[in-house]
Amino acid sequence: MSLIDSISLPRSIRLPRVDGLIQWIVPLAIIAIWQVASVTGFVPTRVLPAPSDVVLAGWKLLLSGELVRNIWVSFWRASIGFLIGGSIGFAFGLANGLSQLSAKLTDTTLQMVRNVPHLALIPLVILWFGIDESAKLFLVALGVFFPIYLNTLHGIRTVDPQLIEMGRIYGMTDGELFRRVIFPGALPSIFVGIRFALGIMWLTLIVAETIAASSGLGYMAMQAREFMLIDVVVLSILIYALLGKLADSASRVLERLTLSWHPAFQKR
Amino acid sequence: MQTALRTSLPETELASRANFAPHARVVREERPVQASGLPLSIRGLRKSFGDNEVLRGIDLHIPAGQFVAIVGKSGCGKSTLLRLIAGLDKIDAGSISFGQDIQPKAIQPEDIRVMFQEPRLLPWARVLANVEVGLGRDRASQDAHARAEKALTEVGLADKRDQWPSVLSGGQKQRVALGRALVSRPRVLAFDEPLGALDALTRISMQRLLERVWRDQGFTAILVTHDVSEAVALADRVLVIEEGRIAHDVVVNAARPRQRGSAELAGLEGSILSHLLSADDRT
Ligand SMILES: Nc1ncnc2c1ncn2[C@@H]1O[C@H](COP(=O)(O)OP(=O)(O)OP(=O)(O)O)[C@@H](O)[C@H]1O
Ligand SMILES: [Mg+2]
Repeated sequence: MSLIDSISLPRSIRLPRVDGLIQWIVPLAIIAIWQVASVTGFVPTRVLPAPSDVVLAGWKLLLSGELVRNIWVSFWRASIGFLIGGSIGFAFGLANGLSQLSAKLTDTTLQMVRNVPHLALIPLVILWFGIDESAKLFLVALGVFFPIYLNTLHGIRTVDPQLIEMGRIYGMTDGELFRRVIFPGALPSIFVGIRFALGIMWLTLIVAETIAASSGLGYMAMQAREFMLIDVVVLSILIYALLGKLADSASRVLERLTLSWHPAFQKR
Repeated sequence: MQTALRTSLPETELASRANFAPHARVVREERPVQASGLPLSIRGLRKSFGDNEVLRGIDLHIPAGQFVAIVGKSGCGKSTLLRLIAGLDKIDAGSISFGQDIQPKAIQPEDIRVMFQEPRLLPWARVLANVEVGLGRDRASQDAHARAEKALTEVGLADKRDQWPSVLSGGQKQRVALGRALVSRPRVLAFDEPLGALDALTRISMQRLLERVWRDQGFTAILVTHDVSEAVALADRVLVIEEGRIAHDVVVNAARPRQRGSAELAGLEGSILSHLLSADDRT
């Protein structure tokens, strides 16, 4: 996805200084319009609080320490779930991409499980784990597993066979072949999987925390709803958006660093 | 891992190479840096793909250091022959042996190199690292860098050592591939239409480069090409393959450096082309 973004940007509009700022124009404009609409009473504050109220609510929660605690809990759940699901998905992707036997053994099963929407398992997961931490981690890991598994598998299977033959001709051992040819060749596809997985990670976490949790951002939003604190509800949603964006940016930076050989990432 | 790698490349390759080199390690240290070409003998070589009998008994002897070109119409089995020589596919019947008319000598995998029409460079490795790949088992040695740089200089790309392959032109990529093939000082170098994808001018300068490195290093060269004029310009001997056999074996005696478009070469080119065309009319 990112490859296409960066290719389609024509040279002429890439002014170096403005470049980093340009993407913030639209969000800032939206906030400004929203503020005006709230202050003038065009949008009733019972429907949507003014941005300033949201910031104020955020400030209060920050002072009480509640905000940081909840963000930290959500962040921790997201990361651990991602790590667990991601590494298992990566491991299966590697195994099934490299070994026909392993693929024959497990791929069909995994494809079948993939067709069950993982959020449909929530009732079952609650029965199994209660509203324990493991319930959330399980759901996030399950959601993250498939995009990483599928894209790792796809990446490895689409490595140019001519390059693999070249590596063999030049006497690479299996390990070298993996390190120097197969893994770097699969990396662009693995990154696509990671970025998909990050999206699914937040989605899963929001749903899970809203339904079954006693801490975290989703829980904070649900509590606020019970007390009709609409500014806190909106605040939670905005923080989710911000964290999602942050995770995506981090993966982009990583992508740029590791794929600097790729024509799409070279300086123009 | 094993299974997938095998499906992309038959395991016989490594096995057949190992057969050439029973005492590999020992001989390697004694070998002079400037190793000369190896002679090559092929006897009764056959290869089929299913019902398709591609090679039906190839008999061929190539003396050490000779430059041989192989021509023939598309699909006649030129690439197949080359892959068998390079040990990339399994032989159905017959034999290929190197160095039989001198005393039996151990052959290293590094002694036989192939170059294809596609450069097959690793896009994620800089030019110099790509050339180092060609060192085979010597990749980890201390002088790997120096040797790769020397090979890059030989192909005239020393200034591109830190570039990514994606920024190179087609001709430059093919020169990097040549550097990678040369860096281990091979004794047999097989080319499968290495210049097929290049424009006319780049082709000619690459032909000169090929001839120069061949004369400098003295390896045995086997060049598969579609271009008969390229064949007569470079080779000592042109083989025409028809119906799975060597139908014509034409010696090119013209002195080097050769004058492109000279009457002598043009005459040879004409007679080889007429062989090819008459074979085409018969089918
Ligand atoms: N791996 C393979 N599996 C099945 N058939 C093959 C395989 N490789 C080659 N062949 C067949 O063998 C025949 C000879 O192929 P080869 O590639 O050697 O021809 P070629 O002389 O190199 O042709 P060209 O000049 O077009 O490159 C063709 O009919 C081809 O279809
Ligand atoms: Mg061919």
